[in-house]
Amino acid sequence: MSTAPLHLQDHLPALQVVLPLLGAVVAAIVRKGPLAWLVALAVSWSMPFIAFALLYEVMTNGTISYAIGGWAPPAGIEYRIDQVNAFLLVLVSIMAALVMTYAPRSVANEIEPERQGWYYAMFLLCLTGLLGMAITGDAFNVFVFMEVSSLSMYVLIALGRDRRALVAAYQYLVIGTIGATFYVIGVGLLFTMTGTLNLVDIADKLQAVENARPVIAALAFIGVGIGLKLALFPLHLWLPNAYAYAPSTATAFIASTATKVAVYLLLRFVFSVYGVDIAFGDTPAATMVLVLAVLAMVAPSLVAIFQSNVKRMLAYSSVAQMGYIMLGIAMVSQTGLTGGISHLFNHAIIKGCLFLSVGCMVYSTGITRIEQMAGIGRTMPLTMGAFVLAGLGLIGVPGTAGFVSKWFLIMAAVEQGLWLLVAVIVFSSILAVIYVGRIIEIAWFREPVNAAVSPRNPPVEMLAVTWVLALATVYFGFDTRITADIAGQAAELLLAGYR
Amino acid sequence: MRLDTILRVISKLFIPFIFIFALYVQLHGDYGPGGGFQAGVILAAGVILYAIIYGLNAAKRAVPIRLVEFLIPLGVLIYGAVGVWGLLVGDNYLEYNNLSHGNQPHGQERGVFWVEIGVLVTVASTMIAIFYAFAGRGRE
Amino acid sequence: MNLIREIIANYNYLITIFLMVAGLYIVVAKSNMIKTLLGLGVFQTSVYLLYLSPGKILGGTPPILDESFAVYSNPLPHVLILTAIVVGVATLALGLALVVRINEAYGTIEEDEIMDHVDRDDQA
Repeated sequence: MSTAPLHLQDHLPALQVVLPLLGAVVAAIVRKGPLAWLVALAVSWSMPFIAFALLYEVMTNGTISYAIGGWAPPAGIEYRIDQVNAFLLVLVSIMAALVMTYAPRSVANEIEPERQGWYYAMFLLCLTGLLGMAITGDAFNVFVFMEVSSLSMYVLIALGRDRRALVAAYQYLVIGTIGATFYVIGVGLLFTMTGTLNLVDIADKLQAVENARPVIAALAFIGVGIGLKLALFPLHLWLPNAYAYAPSTATAFIASTATKVAVYLLLRFVFSVYGVDIAFGDTPAATMVLVLAVLAMVAPSLVAIFQSNVKRMLAYSSVAQMGYIMLGIAMVSQTGLTGGISHLFNHAIIKGCLFLSVGCMVYSTGITRIEQMAGIGRTMPLTMGAFVLAGLGLIGVPGTAGFVSKWFLIMAAVEQGLWLLVAVIVFSSILAVIYVGRIIEIAWFREPVNAAVSPRNPPVEMLAVTWVLALATVYFGFDTRITADIAGQAAELLLAGYR
Repeated sequence: MRLDTILRVISKLFIPFIFIFALYVQLHGDYGPGGGFQAGVILAAGVILYAIIYGLNAAKRAVPIRLVEFLIPLGVLIYGAVGVWGLLVGDNYLEYNNLSHGNQPHGQERGVFWVEIGVLVTVASTMIAIFYAFAGRGRE
Repeated sequence: MNLIREIIANYNYLITIFLMVAGLYIVVAKSNMIKTLLGLGVFQTSVYLLYLSPGKILGGTPPILDESFAVYSNPLPHVLILTAIVVGVATLALGLALVVRINEAYGTIEEDEIMDHVDRDDQA
């Protein structure tokens, strides 16, 4: 029956998506919590290896193109990997592997036994969707994977303990479905105008289109649809509740990956498919995104200062950090894009660490309200130590990863003479000092009360993973080869476009 | 004499034909409207009709809930396995060209046939599972 | 006059736009959770029309190979919309399951009443 030998390394792009999918199915068949966790762990740990292999291949040999079903593009669906999405695949895979290592006791603590098997299956399905969104080169395939990841995210959030998790999941469902449908409308308009769904082919055919109005309308629809998914400032209403009431591992994973993949999608459409001339030449898109990014950096930071739930505060901080990334994109320059893309990576690590340390705190004491966190720095020094390190990264203290990306953003603003933007970046960093500082003050400078007095010890694997991420924040503050260089190459590739 | 005799008799006559129609829709997807999703929904509609007329417990005896929860991932597994079959033959994932000893149209037919079976299994069992999940609530 | 003729000739797009806006209005304006989900369904239906109506080639038959026919309608939109319909059904099922659970947890499915409960939970 064999016509050709099986070289697994040729099929890595397909395996990157197929392994989590089959893993989710096996986890659903197996059903018991611990067994399903083993399946999820095995699959999640194979992901970084595949992603690194793909990254190495792309760095040495250039873009990879894999035709699903053997049908050559543009007729068939193509998985297309270049520096931009190879970088993202590595990020998502590593976060999944780390969160899965952290997960077993946290999940056992927060989710009922008969639902744990489904939780791991949904986690793997979400991973499939996110990896698929990042890897595919077909516009409608993006929608399918987007909905796979979104639907499993709604379930992950709804499995939280609190009954408010159900309301949060419902709101996210309505808003997320509207976003996905807007995206489909945009792709439909593009399909009607160009006759193809393959991203490279659309980029080609867009030049020949005479009537530009549906094309610009399609960009607007796609932009708003993806904006809903990435929680761009006025479209962020689903995010605080979703992050606050979901189980800790779900929040940590979603916060570090879902919005980042949506940013990648926006970059792919705006820069590669449309190109800088059409997207920013004929439309005021750059100015609009700039204004929204500035609002995003300031307003949610202000709201974060007044929150009483620590996860909610971190969620609003996430919205503000997305503002930084969008600022980098709106400046449409090599430095700005490098800053935006490297902040994507750095913020994922920082937020992942913050949410995982909060998860340790929830496991040990059940606390989520900030005033109940009084004195917890003294009784849980390791956990709060990681929180502080990551918090410093959030502020952008030199020596942490956050500083590197903010440096690029400030440089980009100075290059274009936008001194007001520099002031805004500094102002929002000061706001970050306030909301992170508030936690540090309460955690260390007050006496422990109630549950914080004698917490049970957080398990070794949870502390270890949290500290790996905290140390990574410091490491990537000093070794900028990976973030700045790869981000720089990705920025170059994007600015060149598909033509 | 029960008040719903007509319903019970007619549904007993109809349900086998509903299942046959579902099979027809499934296998004629190449030549007319049809395919896995539509056939799965019709199949599930047959089971749900039985549940509505004869009661949820009778339906749960005929189609147990554990079986349904097992079939949902099984369909996806069948679909994924066809893709992996393509990998084992040496082509790309989900490539059907060589599934029938090099005969391309037959290979395509085989691939699509098994893929649609996977879709039928998952869609039918998902619809039945959704019905079981909703119908049992609200009594307590 | 020409404008009116053009508008009437594109009646399929007019229906699409009407359904789109009606669906969005229902989602935004209605506070009953099930009505919101139904509005979402209407909105998604308009998108199916958006894909399918340009796909019909005038004088084209359904896209099944046969010697007697030469012009076929474009099969690609049909395949895309089948996928989109399945996604829509899954979303609706998940949304309704969430509404059932919310009803059991809060005792109501009106969004304003639920937000009151949520605010009270937040204060507590």
